[in-house]
Amino acid sequence: MELQLQWVVENLHARYAHALDADRLEDWPQLFTENGTYRITTAENEARGLPLPVLYAEGRPMLRDRVASLRHANIYEPQRYRHIVSAVLAERLSDSVAKSVSNFMVVRVMENGDTLLFATGRYLDRIALAPEPRYEERVVICDSRRFDTLLAIPL
Amino acid sequence: MLQQAWPAEGLTRVPYWVYQDEDLYRQEQDRIWRGPAWSYLCLEAELPEPQSFLTTFVGEMPVVVTRDSAGALHAWENRCAHRGALICMQARGKAERFVCIYHNWTYDHAGNLASVAFRKGIAGKGGMPADAKPESQAPRKLRVASINGLVFGTLSEATPSLETYLGEEVLARMKRVMKGPVRVLGTYTQVLPNNWKLYMDNVKDMYHASLLHLFFTRFRINRLTQKGGVFVSPDGAHHCTYTEIVEDQDDAYEKDGMRSAGSQKNSFSLENEEILHQVDEFGDRVAIQILSMFPGFVLHQIRNSLAARQVLPKGVDRTELHWTLFGFADDDEAMTRRRLLQANLVGPAGYISMEDGAATGFVQRGVAGAAERASVIEMGGSGVSSGDSRITETAVRGLWQTWRRYMGL
Repeated sequence: MELQLQWVVENLHARYAHALDADRLEDWPQLFTENGTYRITTAENEARGLPLPVLYAEGRPMLRDRVASLRHANIYEPQRYRHIVSAVLAERLSDSVAKSVSNFMVVRVMENGDTLLFATGRYLDRIALAPEPRYEERVVICDSRRFDTLLAIPL
Repeated sequence: MLQQAWPAEGLTRVPYWVYQDEDLYRQEQDRIWRGPAWSYLCLEAELPEPQSFLTTFVGEMPVVVTRDSAGALHAWENRCAHRGALICMQARGKAERFVCIYHNWTYDHAGNLASVAFRKGIAGKGGMPADAKPESQAPRKLRVASINGLVFGTLSEATPSLETYLGEEVLARMKRVMKGPVRVLGTYTQVLPNNWKLYMDNVKDMYHASLLHLFFTRFRINRLTQKGGVFVSPDGAHHCTYTEIVEDQDDAYEKDGMRSAGSQKNSFSLENEEILHQVDEFGDRVAIQILSMFPGFVLHQIRNSLAARQVLPKGVDRTELHWTLFGFADDDEAMTRRRLLQANLVGPAGYISMEDGAATGFVQRGVAGAAERASVIEMGGSGVSSGDSRITETAVRGLWQTWRRYMGL
């Protein structure tokens, strides 16, 4: 195992989780490469070979559109997430690219204190290592097909 | 029992106990869902081969939908004649027969009880008496009918045919969307923290769309100033509303300072507008068509996003919305990509749809202390009719006219 690679990948996942959980949504697109893609789907759709995303963005402009819409357009109750990311596997594909699989759990906390286990699943990532580590592709596979009320903040 | 007399104003008032009363909720299961209504079950494309099956619900009643070896569709209650256990516990698959895991009672694709384990006992001992009639408690069979690939069922023998139930105008607009063999793109479920009727209210309320959903208004996808209209079935039960593609330059929203139009200070535009690009696939310049069928079915066309939405009550203040997004078997790659990009508009994370979950939940919570008060539903007057204005709540009144008829209230 490459300790350095493991550290680099886990550090990227950690920065991703902290950006979303601290409501630094504007930092979120920066964690992707310029053409990086982000897709949320369900384990059921994946298993059935169905392409439907719950959310799909292709490239930083679309990622920024999602953030702008959450900030200025969409109506949803104030809420925060707490991401728990674990069981991170990292593998080098080349000098400049790695892939990673990890587990996530996202707890959603409303302003009144209502706390819900909102989503669990896996991140399947393809990561560009240079000039600095960024996601070329992040696929979020939710274990459940059910989403409570709405999914505003990205997972 | 929270239920009181209906307000004297009639259809322009909807008392809040209709969303709260547990007794009414149970009566609805009997009088509407298991009564003379037609309910959406699935797409035929989800039962692609002989012996395919899937499980779903009609109201709270679990249902198995099958395609038999000869290709015919069936639907029956997912409840074993013996002790009432679920007969089929998988979401979907293929099966030669259906065997209850509890005591091995077996059913065919039409839901007939085919065999009872050890019915005659073993070596002359045990088993059921010769005159036993376990079939008398067999799962109930639904009448099944489909329209261009959409499958519906009802427990009622007396209900008119599906076509008659829908009425000509709504039926024609359902067929408009279902223009060819379907390809299922995927499914998911949005859990709504409110009574099922609040969701149907929302779907039939075209007045809200451009006021709640900034996305519609800011990008002129759907404004009340754009050309469009609404069709309501003669009995009020079903509706269809549409908006034309024609770009609208009117600034009524800006002049009136609507939040949804955005403001100079808080302007919002997309860096990448590809998710809004529409191809006029039906050749009629309709940008959006929302169709609802009583009690719990919605068919949408939002640009090139197409979906069947199944509304399932899960308690007086909980509703599941099962989304099945689809395209057509002959879609080219560009059209599939377009539909998948436009999936961003709908569903739990949809730029548009996420807000409906928020709004309907807000009503459920807002009326918690006001069972005896009522909604004011007077946009467009007090009647139930079709028209070319969408600044009306005519289809909402139609819902309540129908609901009261089913409930005898």
